Amino acid sequence: MVDPQDKTPENKVSPASRQYPDPAVKLKQDPPTTGHSWDGIEEYDNPMPRWWVWIFILTVIWSVGYWIAMPAWPGIQQATSGVLGYSSRANVAAEIAEFEARNEQFFVQLVETDLDAIRDNDELHRFAINAGGSVFRAQCSQCHGQGGAGVQASGFPNLLDDDWLWGGTMDDILTTITWGIRNEDFADTRYSAMPAFGADGLLSNEEIDQVVAFVLSLSGSDHDATLASVGGEVYEMNCASCHGDGGEGDHFIGAPALNNQIWLYGGSPEAIRESVYYSRFGVMPGFENRLREAEIRAVAAYVHQLGGGQ
Amino acid sequence: MGILDHHKKIETHATLLLVLSFLVVTIGGIVQIVPLFYLDNTIEKVEGMRPYSPLEIKGREIYLREGCYTCHSQMIRPMRDEVERYGHYSLAAESMYDHPFQWGSKRTGPDLARLGGRYSDDWHVQHMIDPRAVVPESIMPSYGYMMNRVLTREHAEHVQGIMRVYRMLGHPYTDEMIERAVDDFFAQVDEFGDPVADRYPGAQQRNFDGQDAVTEMDAIIAYMQMLGTLVDFETFVPVANR
Repeated sequence: MVDPQDKTPENKVSPASRQYPDPAVKLKQDPPTTGHSWDGIEEYDNPMPRWWVWIFILTVIWSVGYWIAMPAWPGIQQATSGVLGYSSRANVAAEIAEFEARNEQFFVQLVETDLDAIRDNDELHRFAINAGGSVFRAQCSQCHGQGGAGVQASGFPNLLDDDWLWGGTMDDILTTITWGIRNEDFADTRYSAMPAFGADGLLSNEEIDQVVAFVLSLSGSDHDATLASVGGEVYEMNCASCHGDGGEGDHFIGAPALNNQIWLYGGSPEAIRESVYYSRFGVMPGFENRLREAEIRAVAAYVHQLGGGQ
Repeated sequence: MGILDHHKKIETHATLLLVLSFLVVTIGGIVQIVPLFYLDNTIEKVEGMRPYSPLEIKGREIYLREGCYTCHSQMIRPMRDEVERYGHYSLAAESMYDHPFQWGSKRTGPDLARLGGRYSDDWHVQHMIDPRAVVPESIMPSYGYMMNRVLTREHAEHVQGIMRVYRMLGHPYTDEMIERAVDDFFAQVDEFGDPVADRYPGAQQRNFDGQDAVTEMDAIIAYMQMLGTLVDFETFVPVANR
């Protein structure tokens, strides 16, 4: 007698005699086979599930209806256009027209109302801020930032503070948005022309160092007092006519105020030196031919109420 | 069972199955694809489309090389929100000189189909060097190295070769355009050079990146400043059933 625990050849169970159901015993109601036989493997010929067949038939019927209702079959000149007359172009045009019609009364009001009177009309003002805000996010935010804070020291002005280059009244803002700044496309655009004092040889390097120190002193920044004391004279001769004796700037000619800590291109001595040496000219596009008048006025109202409106 | 018996013949003969499958797919393809080449619905002629100028081709090649299309689409769909944000919906004809087209399939960044003229060259230069300097919430990588990659005559001649291939594909380049390709390539970055717009109406011509050297930055900005500006939508009347 062989011990069943022993791993001997006599104890090895061959796969055929394992206790599986006998493959030769068929189910009582065996589905028919397809009759194909490959290496003894046969294939049941089960029907498809009924729900599946019905959905298939329904989709076929649906497609016939769809061909009739929607643009479908190509012909000689054009495809069949469908009895429903669907057109993505007509749809978008209709949808835009619908919203335009809803906004029309406000757009008309915006154009007719005096700029400064817009904020007296509460409903109109709210419309202007929302409409202007969405235009701002699409057209202006890339430079002036999503919230209108600009990009400090990179030449993109902050619109939240009350330090304006070209003025912060509704009229000034509207003019800037309409015609842009230093934009060659429009005759009405505004230019300022600060000379490149260093590059054009108007001031010596020494004088520039002095005037930079003086400009720093105007804004109360750290500066070299001895240089600044001589720089005052250089400033008076060269800069004061535009930037003002005390550095208060001039909105009319776009001369920035120098008596505060707000710097468009940075307030370090190096950055100011570069501005004096080469001069700097930021460019803003005009929106006269990109936005309708009411939209421009809405953006002006939006920017005006951001914080710095005058 | 007659027809099913025939089907058994197909099922059990691999080569026959292959040949007949191919036949079926061919018929389906012909019905779906061929009409697109002749139907009036799908071919819409618009004023203003022209083949790319040599420098714009270089810019486009860079756009392809950097895979800009993986994050930026060039396809404004006819939907109100897109039209209000990006401008007029794109027309098929606006991609007629794109091989391959740059419609893209994903917008991680904004659509660029009407980018041209929206920003100043300075903005583009700053944005390419350090996207977060101008758009703090941006996740675009920096492409500042384009400022240092100088384009030489060899690059221009390569573009000339591309133009020849494009002509084989049906772009209406004239002999003059191809002959002058190398000159035009460099003229387009010189505001006072021979006006490239004579041959390529609407081409922007100036020093795009502000450097003396002609660099990849010039090429990519020349391309971007042209995008979507060629068709004059004041004269374009959309036919509703297209």
